[in-house]
Amino acid sequence: MDKKFVYADNAATTQVDPRVIDKMLPHFSEGYGNASSLYGLGQRAHEAVEEARKKVAAVINAEPKEIFFTSGGTESDNYALRGMMHSRRAGGRKHLITTTIEHPAILQTCKALEKEGFRVTRLPVDQHGLVDLKQLEEAICEDTVLVSIMAANNEIGTIEPIAEIGKLCHDKGVYFHTDAVQAFGHIPLDVKAMNIDMLSLSGHKINGPKGVGAIYIRSGLLLEPFITGGGQEKGRRSGTENVPGIVGLGEAAYLKMTEMEEESTRVRALQRRLIDGVLATIPQATLTGHPTQRLPGNCSFVFAAIEGESLLLFLDHMGVCGSTGSACSTGSLDPSHVLMGIGLAHEVAHGSLRLSLGRFNTEEDVDHILEVLPQVVARLRSMSPVWKD
Amino acid sequence: MQYSSKVMEHLMNPRNVGELENANAVGMVGNAKCGDIMQMFMVIDDNEVIQEVTFKTFGCGAAIATSSMATELVKGQTIKEALALTNTAVMEALDGLPPVKVHCSVLAEEAIRAALADYYTRKGIDPTPIVGEIKPFGEDDDDHHHDIPEEE
Repeated sequence: MDKKFVYADNAATTQVDPRVIDKMLPHFSEGYGNASSLYGLGQRAHEAVEEARKKVAAVINAEPKEIFFTSGGTESDNYALRGMMHSRRAGGRKHLITTTIEHPAILQTCKALEKEGFRVTRLPVDQHGLVDLKQLEEAICEDTVLVSIMAANNEIGTIEPIAEIGKLCHDKGVYFHTDAVQAFGHIPLDVKAMNIDMLSLSGHKINGPKGVGAIYIRSGLLLEPFITGGGQEKGRRSGTENVPGIVGLGEAAYLKMTEMEEESTRVRALQRRLIDGVLATIPQATLTGHPTQRLPGNCSFVFAAIEGESLLLFLDHMGVCGSTGSACSTGSLDPSHVLMGIGLAHEVAHGSLRLSLGRFNTEEDVDHILEVLPQVVARLRSMSPVWKD
Repeated sequence: MQYSSKVMEHLMNPRNVGELENANAVGMVGNAKCGDIMQMFMVIDDNEVIQEVTFKTFGCGAAIATSSMATELVKGQTIKEALALTNTAVMEALDGLPPVKVHCSVLAEEAIRAALADYYTRKGIDPTPIVGEIKPFGEDDDDHHHDIPEEE
């Protein structure tokens, strides 16, 4: 294929780093042992899993024993919320605080918990997607068990004030969980310094494999088991360990940690180039999310008078992969809850585009987007009955 | 959700895009809140034959493709024939639409009827007995048609 292809949807998923694949492959072939088996083959698998646990723990300054492997970010989020709320139910504490812009893995789990009789407060965010600490403080009440606020938003890239939230929760005596699926490996996180009690992370957002993630649970925090069975992961999450996946997650985490500074500097430069280029060449384009407090690769926009799904299809035709929060892409009536959450009108949110850059993007990629995107936007606007120059 | 190759072909190469300066029938339906607006322009001759037809659409891939297909289907037809065009016919001509996109084809049918109503209004003829009720542009209906139809 000689057509230029630019993958700019790294917030959706990432290409697995070849160095990660190299580490994983032996665990499919000669190293296929069950980590619970006592013979050498099993023990070597066990060691590989423990090595990965250390690597994941190191990224967030946790202890290896505080890391539990799961099938991914969604499972980790489910465990954090359900595990914590169910385990505290006997004490009569029934309140959970989150935000309006969390990932569905959190929001849908909150809905399910409400059906079970728990109470959920969803904090609003400002126009940039930031949570207000004062509002959080006021929302905490006597029976509040847990605060769950994402470290960074998947759609608009806004980074929440996690350290301040953690301190507040710590001072108020409530637990703090953060969905760090988008943030982990991309920005520095320190569970000790930030007073984080639980943290969800995923492999495939950090150039690692899909189908594997982890949850950090602060040592000493008692949670009922999430999946019962053979007692793997200290009885919290049974099921034969996904050894190749876990090894891949560990290696991907290790690479992110060792290369974070260099990579984020490079990706931030690409992000700057893309955002500035788009705003300079496309009229009536607006950056969504926070102007500075945002993830290194996230470039999210709204364009007046066009609709996101047709924009994506035209971009795909021109070799660019991105995503949108328009209603037509979600298959529902409303545009994304995040764009609604930051106060955008329906008609504005329909014209949203998220381009997310990552490890394998280059300046040429950004320049290709900057060549193609203005053309596509202009073409769609020429077809639009609501476009006015 | 996947579009047929016919939908993609009409999306990438939409037929009859733009405005007609000499149009004697113009109709606009949908609303921005829902994310699709279709506008149709027609030149209708004295024999009530649609000589020219163009569209402008704000909306998803299916909205653009159904607009394009609908204009192709009514071009050269009489008003009577155009009024008989159903959203199902537009969908069939596109080799089908995903269930969540069926409303786009409904919008195309409504856009044609809105343009034809305008034709009669301009002539001082009450269009309602001929083309039926036309929802004023921009009105948000409570009974929304984005819903996925029940499996039959």
